[in-house]
Amino acid sequence: MPALIRFEGGRMTAVDDPFTEIADDEGMAPGDVIISLTRFQAEGERLLAEGRSVGVRLEPAEEVEALAYDLPRIALVALAFPKYRDGRAYTSARLLRERCGYKGEVRAVGEVLREQAQFMVRCGVDAFAPADGSSAEEWEQASRRFRHVYQRASDGRAPAFAERGE
Amino acid sequence: MYVYDTLDKEFLADRASEFREQVGRRLSGEITEDQFKAIRLMNGLYLQLHAYMLRVAIPYGALDARQMRKLAEIARTYDKGYGHFTTRTNLQFHWIKLADAPDILDELASVDMHAIQTSGNCIRNVTADPFAGATAEEVDDPRVWAEAMRQWSSLHPEFSFLPRKFKIAVTASPKDRTAAKVHDIGLVMKRARDGTLGFEVIVGGGMGRTPYVGSTIREFLPAARLVSYLEAVLRVYNRHGRRDNIYKARIKILVAALGAEEFGRQVEAEWAQIGPESDLPDTELARIRSAFAPTAFETLPARSEAFEAAKAADKALARFARNNVKPHKKPGYAIVEVSLKAIGETPGDASADQMDVIADLAERYGQNDIRVTHEQNLVLPHVKLDDVPAVHAALAAAGIASANINLITDIIACPGLDYCALANARAIPIAQDIAEHFRDQDRAEDVGELKIKISGCINACGHHHVGHIGILGVDKKGEEFYQLSLGGSGAEDAAVGQILGPALPAHRVAEAVDTLVEVYLRERSAGERFLDTFRRTGAAPFKEAVYAGAH
Repeated sequence: MPALIRFEGGRMTAVDDPFTEIADDEGMAPGDVIISLTRFQAEGERLLAEGRSVGVRLEPAEEVEALAYDLPRIALVALAFPKYRDGRAYTSARLLRERCGYKGEVRAVGEVLREQAQFMVRCGVDAFAPADGSSAEEWEQASRRFRHVYQRASDGRAPAFAERGE
Repeated sequence: MYVYDTLDKEFLADRASEFREQVGRRLSGEITEDQFKAIRLMNGLYLQLHAYMLRVAIPYGALDARQMRKLAEIARTYDKGYGHFTTRTNLQFHWIKLADAPDILDELASVDMHAIQTSGNCIRNVTADPFAGATAEEVDDPRVWAEAMRQWSSLHPEFSFLPRKFKIAVTASPKDRTAAKVHDIGLVMKRARDGTLGFEVIVGGGMGRTPYVGSTIREFLPAARLVSYLEAVLRVYNRHGRRDNIYKARIKILVAALGAEEFGRQVEAEWAQIGPESDLPDTELARIRSAFAPTAFETLPARSEAFEAAKAADKALARFARNNVKPHKKPGYAIVEVSLKAIGETPGDASADQMDVIADLAERYGQNDIRVTHEQNLVLPHVKLDDVPAVHAALAAAGIASANINLITDIIACPGLDYCALANARAIPIAQDIAEHFRDQDRAEDVGELKIKISGCINACGHHHVGHIGILGVDKKGEEFYQLSLGGSGAEDAAVGQILGPALPAHRVAEAVDTLVEVYLRERSAGERFLDTFRRTGAAPFKEAVYAGAH
């Protein structure tokens, strides 16, 4: 089972991942699954009717708006980072949180490296499948590296201008 | 100068300690060079032909004496005793050891400096008018807004992995010294009829392989809404900019593909959804404004008898005054430009000793304020006219009193094949050749404003597309050739130059420039700059003269 780190109650914790990722060309597995947007659109109804938890994997080019009306019944959204340099999913994460009001898990999958931890947390990602073998402790350290931030984002952290006003 | 508070300082300290740990992981072999590449590029550290190069950010080109001295100290301790000022108003050290890089970042942080976002596909150093706070032309001090953008863009969680690098310039003067129209975003401050302050927002300009002059997508953006509007532009770009081809990934390609009108419509739609929540509160804008160290100007007569007498007695000073001394908003003061284009030297280079001289002069005569221009020169923005002779004498003693601002020898050149792994051809020796050719200062002054810009490859770091004469190094079967283009401008009359004809071998470039100048001198009408004459006559007479012998 691949390592999963979850951000809960202000801490990074290593957890067991109950979900199985199913590729489009794979047969369906039992239990809780993460499937592509295309597959969700075709099979989502049925899988949910079976009482499973279903997560949807969004590729960077897929817009979160496509999922807006389904969000209340989706257990998690897995945002794909095929390359660490592909930054579209940061926007997807913020829109999920700030525009769609999504409260479920937002998971980063793919080339997920420690150097991105703070950016991801700030954009509202709360579960991570690191590709660099980071431990929960290292991930936490990386995500808290900076004592101050300069922007409002999805994490509710007070930006420098708000800290100054206190 | 904006004075850093505890928060700003702690932010830089945290960055420096993060980088130290990352370099440690690389040096211990925990991560490979390939994995490290992504990290070092976030910190302005490039691996070049001969060594590591560290690009230090100089936010909106503003430095104080303490910072300039620190750069000199770093140049002496960790480099070969000099640094190179760039067209992004940053400073590059070209001979750095990886193991020293963390110490250098600590040194920089000790004077509120850093190398954050001087590379990578993120929002790069924001540039501003080097005459900010000193020129009477401006409607507001653009540094306030540049500083607000520095903070907003620093480690922006959403926009640190854009399709490609992103450059913003801001000016508040109708005379544009920032090349705003060839930036990803150019901001030109204006006052509306009712007196409110705002920005004209120009998007999608750029150079590189496909040069464009930017398009205005908003005539007037209320100043206080700047951050949310930038977020809207960046968000549309982050989502829709191309990522399949790095040469088509800049925002200019997206703007051109959609059309400026449609791009602007998408931005407005996104902006409407973002709302004013991400904007900086007025109190923070006021705090930033007041965190700039105050300049204390004396009440002086507009004319300085001492300066006039000194000019009458010293031809070199008179020449310096004609070319490098610009009007200041306060009577009795001047803006003094310091040329880093001494004949025979590398454009933009300054030795550690020269940096120290500038620092001393800024402290003694210049209200502790120094600016870097995108044309790779320095500025002492607040010098009393009475003190100009002393400043000139000190600059002359240090070899940096060249009286050639905006003249033919004030050449922009990228580092080229002498340093850069991307280059196809050398740029610096070509600049030196041309400068040598126009050593006669009377002739250079007679020719007047003529901006030559040289790039060693198509990436156009030397801004050749917007040179009145642009020179692009190309590789032809292993030999260096140079393509000339004419009629470009990066200023308020921005235009992309037109290619004149077949590329020339290196030894013919200076001679060809000479020919172009001769045609201009023959064809010009009273008051016309080279650029004006070219625009009036078109390329024909210039082309004919340069290629006359080639048939």
